[in-house]
Amino acid sequence: MNQFQYVRVTTPKAAVAAVTKENNSLFLAGGTNLIDLMKRNVMSPEKLVDINKLPLNTIEKTATGLRIGALAKNTAVAEHELVRKSFPLLSMALNAGASPQLRNMATVGGNMMQRTRCGYFYDTAMPCNKREPGSGCGAIGGYNRMHAIFGTESSDRSSKCIAVHPSDMCIALVALDATVLVSGSKGERRIPFIDFHRLPGDAPEKDNTLQKGELIMAVDLPNNPFADHSHYLKVRDRASYAFALVSVGAALNLKGNTIQEARLAMGGVSHKPWRLTEVEQFLRGKPATEATFRQAADVAMKGAKGYGENDFKLTMAPNTLIDALKTAAKNA
Amino acid sequence: MPDPKLMKNDEKSPAINRVDGRLKVTGGAKYFAEFEIPGTTYCVLVTSTIARGSIASMETKKAEGAPGVLAVFTNLNLPKIPGLNTPEGNNAKKPSGGETYQMLTDKKILFAGQPIAMVIADTLERAQYAATLVKTTYSKQPHQTDLEKHKAKGVMPQGERNADYKRGNPDTYKTAPVVLEASYTLPIEVHNPMELHGILVNWTADDQVMIYAKTQGVQMTQKAVAKAFKLDEKNVHVHTEFMGGGFGMGLKTWPQEIAVVAAAKKLRKPVKLVVSRDQMFTMVGHRPYTTQTISMGADKAGKLVGIVHEATAETASYEDFTESTVGMTKFIYDCPNVSTTYRIVPLDRGVPIWMRGPGEATGAFALESAMDEMAAKLNLDPIEFRLRNYAETDPEKNRPFSSKHLKEAYQLGADKIGWSKRKNEPGALRDGEWLIGYGMSSGTFNASRGQASAKVILNQDGSLVIQSAVTDIGPGTGTAMVSIAHDVLGIPVGRIKFEMGDTTLPKAPTQGGSTITSTVGSAVYDTCTALKTSLAALAIAQGNSPFMGSKAEDLVFEDGMIQLKGDRKKKLPVGDVLKANNLPTLDRALDSKGGPEQETYSMYSFSVHFAEVRVNPVTGVVRVSNAVSVADSGRIVSPKTAASQMIGGVTGGIGMALTEEAVLDHRFGRLVNNNLADYHVPVSADVPHIDTIFIDKPDPYINPMGAKGMGEIALIGFAAAVANAVYNATGQRIRDLPITPDKVIKRVA
Repeated sequence: MNQFQYVRVTTPKAAVAAVTKENNSLFLAGGTNLIDLMKRNVMSPEKLVDINKLPLNTIEKTATGLRIGALAKNTAVAEHELVRKSFPLLSMALNAGASPQLRNMATVGGNMMQRTRCGYFYDTAMPCNKREPGSGCGAIGGYNRMHAIFGTESSDRSSKCIAVHPSDMCIALVALDATVLVSGSKGERRIPFIDFHRLPGDAPEKDNTLQKGELIMAVDLPNNPFADHSHYLKVRDRASYAFALVSVGAALNLKGNTIQEARLAMGGVSHKPWRLTEVEQFLRGKPATEATFRQAADVAMKGAKGYGENDFKLTMAPNTLIDALKTAAKNA
Repeated sequence: MPDPKLMKNDEKSPAINRVDGRLKVTGGAKYFAEFEIPGTTYCVLVTSTIARGSIASMETKKAEGAPGVLAVFTNLNLPKIPGLNTPEGNNAKKPSGGETYQMLTDKKILFAGQPIAMVIADTLERAQYAATLVKTTYSKQPHQTDLEKHKAKGVMPQGERNADYKRGNPDTYKTAPVVLEASYTLPIEVHNPMELHGILVNWTADDQVMIYAKTQGVQMTQKAVAKAFKLDEKNVHVHTEFMGGGFGMGLKTWPQEIAVVAAAKKLRKPVKLVVSRDQMFTMVGHRPYTTQTISMGADKAGKLVGIVHEATAETASYEDFTESTVGMTKFIYDCPNVSTTYRIVPLDRGVPIWMRGPGEATGAFALESAMDEMAAKLNLDPIEFRLRNYAETDPEKNRPFSSKHLKEAYQLGADKIGWSKRKNEPGALRDGEWLIGYGMSSGTFNASRGQASAKVILNQDGSLVIQSAVTDIGPGTGTAMVSIAHDVLGIPVGRIKFEMGDTTLPKAPTQGGSTITSTVGSAVYDTCTALKTSLAALAIAQGNSPFMGSKAEDLVFEDGMIQLKGDRKKKLPVGDVLKANNLPTLDRALDSKGGPEQETYSMYSFSVHFAEVRVNPVTGVVRVSNAVSVADSGRIVSPKTAASQMIGGVTGGIGMALTEEAVLDHRFGRLVNNNLADYHVPVSADVPHIDTIFIDKPDPYINPMGAKGMGEIALIGFAAAVANAVYNATGQRIRDLPITPDKVIKRVA
């Protein structure tokens, strides 16, 4: 670990100012990922701006839905009555992630900001375009069992990255049309969740679209008609405390057996939480049958590409999608 | 011969709780890194990023100048270790002898993760920071880390145990009516105890050193340090009372331990090393990657005709590591034609070390999977197939087993798991989407009795202290010893204290290989029996003795009292005997070891494991939903801790079967999942309720308690039971562990 300065701020304004003006400074919230990365010398910020004292941990009903403060702990969100009742997909996704100890520390904003768990990103003795642009991608031709099958295109091979975003929570948030409220030196702005994270393209070192110094303030969720038919299905190597091989967040609005509307996203398959809007459109107006879901899976898998060890995801992803949809259709 | 009066486990001696349980869960137990010595300095290791080659240059100036840094040691400036530069010190005997590579003695890089510098500072954080400032360049050479690619380089290791074995005509299997040939792979597994490895060293004089270590044998560490630094053994004091799990990684003194002792001597300050989790994957051994082929023939009636078992495992380029991977195949079944071969391939990797169950667990996975495959080919129930090939006597050594109750174990386990629900036809049971399957397997491990000493001290207040240098890596050694002393002397459990894990205490072997209850337990038994004899004599002879004229065998020791058989009102507290004889304490110390019975009988513990699994054919997920393990390990000395040990072994077996694998990227020779998030040990949610059943019949020959070993058989064979259950659920045979969802989905989806 490098030597660094540590400051604690009490207002969002001071936080933004502190990070904006210094080149290599970062916000510190729960620290469940950043501290690990610092210990392994993957990230070496010169200054940590501790934002835990900011008043950003409330979860409250709004005129259009729910607002979750960026510093709300994962556990608090997962267990919140409104979340469990009206946004069960989010609660399920949160509880599928990490361990209780980590969820007690991790914040909503921090969860969104967590870096990939790709082994090459973590080992400074091996190449990684995300950690060290231009050094190459260790996972291509190497251990890529956990890696992406969607959105890995890049124009320049030397900047390629096939890492995945590890969050479960973000799969639910992207499916449920969340919006991210951020604050920067130029004021506040709102980012649709689907645009918050980015594909690697030619700049895999950038995980998201935040500008320098911008602070996540809250996540807004619009009210939705999906509470009765939501399911988060995570396939992993052990029963708890493991990252997804593939996960699916599925939410349906059924009238009788007809799908009025669907929301779908996949985890463990891409550099960003993978929203399946085309599949959602396909499902609209169709009967909620296994046959429909199988066709939906075909739509979902268009453009998927394996890298050897992760080829199994080309089977696991559609299977998991079908299974999640079947369960969501049954739930009530 | 076991003492028939001993270990009745009746109401008079109910199962006792773990004697150090409270200390462990309240923070009262002190582990090596928790000892505080004023002026302690902190060591952080810098490791090699390449797998083979040499150090071209090393820049240490910045690190040396960093705040709080006392020294940076590399191969250029580590003080010479006097005992290591002698031929006997530096070239330990092969195979499986001491470490032949020594840290920081030359520029050579032998494996990725090899320590190449030690940074020592006044705080841990400063040492960690300074370690990042050490810059190294290398002259790389091509490395070999892939066993699959280099199998042809396998050599037969030295030693009788590792030699090719043959009885009858090994090729006979080829012409048998039913033939099976199958290959199995076990990946690298890493012990990963919760407690990290390390050492705390304090030189108290020029020729005296105090060491707190993470070792499975304090006297082993004592010997290694005494030899390396040419000290009298009595001047090397090693203490390891508590250990946060060992699983085999503490079975030798690692090079970094010796290097820290050298650094502490040079600096004249206490030095503490606690390695990081990623260093746990490269510096303290692992279960070696092993490939195996089993060729097997049987007749139509289900009688084995021949077995050929071939195993090839990795070792280091600088040292031979061997284990008994093919041992079980030689004697577990009655089969006229058997051959085994065992090869090791030197790779550019750190040397492996025994990991719980060790080679026997690796071998049992292959053999017991093959037995299941053959049973399927014969359309026989897997238990029935085993019974048709049951070895009543040891076919390898042509002598009787000291005890073997495997048939009873099959029956008890089958009844408990509900084996009758199992269909021999795979894929026949379902619960909704989930396929259900049942599998079983056997395990066995050598039971032995080594040599140990013990001392017991009785006080006037009736309390008893037992002393032994043995360490406890977790199974509950203290509890077992207290239980034995209680059974011999009738002193209440709460009045008995077991002192352990220190080189000032009587000699005991290193804890490993399922031998401690037998070996140290016998020493405790013998010593307590000697004390009892002395007490009886004193009690009868003393003035006003209520036992005047009685014989020693007429006395009963119970509830802290000596009582007269037949007239229990005549009694005396044991402590009062000391008072009456003006003895502040009464103590006895003895050396104890097994005798010729070990040559007359084959002594083994046996286990049978049953697993019920649920397999999701859509997602490929496998869950063990029920597990039953039956142990034939002689008399159970401490039922509660034995059950815990069994549960731990099964948990390790679940890991071996379903989740554990350290993955190498052979392009770099480096591990890519060297942390506890990506190397998956089972979590609670992976572990179902586990039923443990003990045959609990004393072995008539092994030792006075009739107790055989427990630790290894708890794990040996369990992975095969799971693989067999997965086959029963799906009809798919997965021969490469672990059985992860990707492997299942490729076959069943």
